[in-house]
Amino acid sequence: MSYELAAFWAFATVTVLAALGVILSRNPVHAVLSLVLAFFSTACLWLLLQAEFLGVVLVLVYIGAVMVLFLFVVMMLDINTTPLREGFVGYLPLTGAVVVVMAAEMVMLIGSKRFEVTLPGSDPAAAAGKSNIEWIGETLFSKYILPFEIAAVILTVALIVAVMLTLRRRPGTKHQDASRQVTVKREDRVRLVKVASEPRQEGNP
Amino acid sequence: MITLGHFLALGAVLFCIAVAGIFINRKNVIVLLMCIELMLLSVNINFVAFSRFLGDVSGQIFVFFILTVAAAEAAIGLAILVTLFRNKRTINVAELDSLKG
Repeated sequence: MSYELAAFWAFATVTVLAALGVILSRNPVHAVLSLVLAFFSTACLWLLLQAEFLGVVLVLVYIGAVMVLFLFVVMMLDINTTPLREGFVGYLPLTGAVVVVMAAEMVMLIGSKRFEVTLPGSDPAAAAGKSNIEWIGETLFSKYILPFEIAAVILTVALIVAVMLTLRRRPGTKHQDASRQVTVKREDRVRLVKVASEPRQEGNP
Repeated sequence: MITLGHFLALGAVLFCIAVAGIFINRKNVIVLLMCIELMLLSVNINFVAFSRFLGDVSGQIFVFFILTVAAAEAAIGLAILVTLFRNKRTINVAELDSLKG
């Protein structure tokens, strides 16, 4: 068995076990931590496929930001998991049967000779004399520039939506109204007063 | 020797585990969101594997966009979840029946 195949089996086993941990664990915090493990071992698999950029992005962005957000929300909400587990065992046999049949069908299809493509010796990016990031970046910023811009808009909209959904305005709190501060005019604040002048008294400096 | 079928099989198994998670954790919205993340991950594994084995860069670029959309989806989903919990003090799907559908 080659080193690549051994590494694949190790990472794939960890990924599948972690995924099972996500769906079977009783405590939501354990589920999130299992999901982190699943993402991490998948990132290792992507490194095995020489997709370095996406592997690093998965660890930095997904584990570093999205999973931490999940963990934050799970810990912030005080969830009583007992009623959420009702019907868990009752559905387990039927679910198990459906899913095992589904997985068996898919793996049977995939097991056909057509997918027995072995790994090309050299990475296509390396064959072109570029690094993986150059390879992705050159296409991303030329052919896919419009989708890239749209993705940026989607992220901005998501940011605004997330803030607006969770923003809570309680009555009676003191805050500044920025729009009124900006639109204020000189006439609203400055009042010119005409003061009558008095003649200077002789003798007093 | 490692083949394309290995990665596709891993993606299929992960997808089935995620579907099972949606079936058996029907009441917990947080676990449902995590199962959706797992599904997207399995699709991404397929994309990366095809990209590497066929030598086409488009697969990896698609994974990039899927990660972007998934991050946005997770952020909005969790924001909705926090608002829901603040208003109803529960995240049990069975109790979210205000629309009487």
